[in-house]
Amino acid sequence: MQKADTPYQYPDARGHFGPYGGVFVAETLVPALEELREAYDAARRDPEFMAEFEYELKHYVGRPSPIYHARRLSERFGGAQIYLKREDLNHTGAHKINNCIGQALLARRMGKPRVIAETGAGQHGVASATVAARYGMECVVYMGSEDVKRQASNVYRMKLLGASVVPVESGSKTLKDALNEAMRDWVTNVADTFYIIGTVAGPHPYPMMVRDFQAVIGQECIAQMPEMAGRQPDCVIASVGGGSNAMGIFHPYLDVPGVRLIGAEAAGAGIDTGRHAASLSAGRPGVLHGNRTYLLQDEDGQIIETHSVSAGLDYPGVGPEHAWLKDSGRAEYVGVTDDEALQAFHDLCRLEGIIPALESAHAIACATRLAPTLSRDQILLVNLSGRGDKDMHTVAERSGIQF
Amino acid sequence: MSRIQNRFARLQASGRRALIPFMTAGFPDAALTLSLMRALVAGGADVIELGVPFSDPMADGPTIQRASEAALAGGMSLRKVLDIVRAFRAEDGDTPVVLMGYANPIEAMGVDAFAAAASDAGVDGVLVVDYPPQESEAFSAAMRANRLDPIFLLAPTSTEKRFAEVATLGSGYIYYVSLKGVTGAGNLDFDEIARRIPQIRAVVGMPVGVGFGIRDADSARRIGAVADAVVIGSRIIEEIEQSPRDAVVANVTAFMRDIRQALDTLEPVQGATR
Repeated sequence: MQKADTPYQYPDARGHFGPYGGVFVAETLVPALEELREAYDAARRDPEFMAEFEYELKHYVGRPSPIYHARRLSERFGGAQIYLKREDLNHTGAHKINNCIGQALLARRMGKPRVIAETGAGQHGVASATVAARYGMECVVYMGSEDVKRQASNVYRMKLLGASVVPVESGSKTLKDALNEAMRDWVTNVADTFYIIGTVAGPHPYPMMVRDFQAVIGQECIAQMPEMAGRQPDCVIASVGGGSNAMGIFHPYLDVPGVRLIGAEAAGAGIDTGRHAASLSAGRPGVLHGNRTYLLQDEDGQIIETHSVSAGLDYPGVGPEHAWLKDSGRAEYVGVTDDEALQAFHDLCRLEGIIPALESAHAIACATRLAPTLSRDQILLVNLSGRGDKDMHTVAERSGIQF
Repeated sequence: MSRIQNRFARLQASGRRALIPFMTAGFPDAALTLSLMRALVAGGADVIELGVPFSDPMADGPTIQRASEAALAGGMSLRKVLDIVRAFRAEDGDTPVVLMGYANPIEAMGVDAFAAAASDAGVDGVLVVDYPPQESEAFSAAMRANRLDPIFLLAPTSTEKRFAEVATLGSGYIYYVSLKGVTGAGNLDFDEIARRIPQIRAVVGMPVGVGFGIRDADSARRIGAVADAVVIGSRIIEEIEQSPRDAVVANVTAFMRDIRQALDTLEPVQGATR
């Protein structure tokens, strides 16, 4: 493939993506992050570690995930051809497992017998509990008490897998508070505990490390697209909450000229209503959860509560690399409302026989909005980051149906 | 010499430890904060650490989390904290005030604008929990340009290299976090603290205060035996929480006096700076 003249080389040695990223944590965690950075640097240069990671992705996760040409969906919108990267077919039903395998292998290599994780909808919690069971580690998952109520079946899945689920009662009792509580656990148990962050946010090296573990998505696409479509896509589209599935598919394409990268943020009830989670579209730079990035905040710098029909996008920040890609213009970020995402959810169910996660439905909606404006020989590649089984209750409730 | 340096110099000349209480501004409400600051001084405070509430206090345990949530629910903000300090400073020109909080409210105001406003209000030092030294060069420069002391944390996990970094960027005093954990936890390792403080003091060349987990006269005395300053936070918030409104000022004063008395029975610190 053709490379751009100046290769993309972020973050810098201190974890900065331009003005974003960094290590904004209390002193107690600074040495732990330094230890993690050194361990990760050594691991990714170790062919044995990388071989085991790849083995696990192939035999345990089921990679490579296929690319699928959604012909009926493309036909329905009458423009560009829509291709789907099928991360929904992974073990545990989403892209989250890629990163969890990588971090769990690293935890084992570092001799940490206990892993902790935060979760919103429960997907990252389930993936963390899964890898902890797989490698025989103790696992504690922090989850806002509001989310515990809304996602009872995922809470049960985590418990079946042997994890403890701790409901978090502070703040808004959702994902951001679960992250705060996981950080508090880590600072207390830093000697024997590995914190598996689920997205490309948090202090360095997490945004880089999670991106690297998820980049397998885009690397496979680069190999698969010429076979499937005869060439690379014109446009790659992914949903963005914290941004790990988007960074995973975007990153290998950053140096490929002519490929537009579009992130679909949760515009909730509409950006002008204030009830949304579109940090890049409507936020301002600030510092939260260990990194500088775009945040939804009030004028006094307090973090504000977010809204999205998709629990996985319901977060007031975003990975710092997305902040940098937005400012540099390499990627574009657009809002997709709850209603648009639900419409796309139903479209994909009826036209392709695929039930997408509500997170991924935001990316589908972005594609079906864009496709009619393009010609039929243009190609859109959408990251179908997860399957929608977990969203049955939410979708049914929005349609007025009770089980 | 800054107000903080001046206070430590006076204490050391008389062989005494600094007593540094922490409380969250706006808890239980804005109206009581000023009275409680007076109560801290009446009870023997040498420096007041005033917490600026933040929606996501990652380094704090449940007690200070509750206080922050209550303060924010009552409408407290960084600008209002500065108003409180200005009012305090109008009547007390002597007791140093250190703001303690998180980066985002400061960045929302703008670091330079904040530094100027804080200095103008009579603030003496600022401790930003999530600004470790490597992210703090611009912040420290803005603080110094406005004659404010940037205060940094050291922890049981910190290496000697970190001691040197905070010595370069910080001034006033060093805040040693006495345990691996959040504010208000209770598992102090006194032997470890006694071993670390002289090592830190030798490198940083400024007074070392110890906080996180000090709850009563006994633990204050044991920490005071090795440190230049004792910081008490969560326990004071609990005192405020548990006191009826009409008794809160008297109770906080009495609690402080008890600690003060315990510290003043100690011999001068061996090897104290200056």
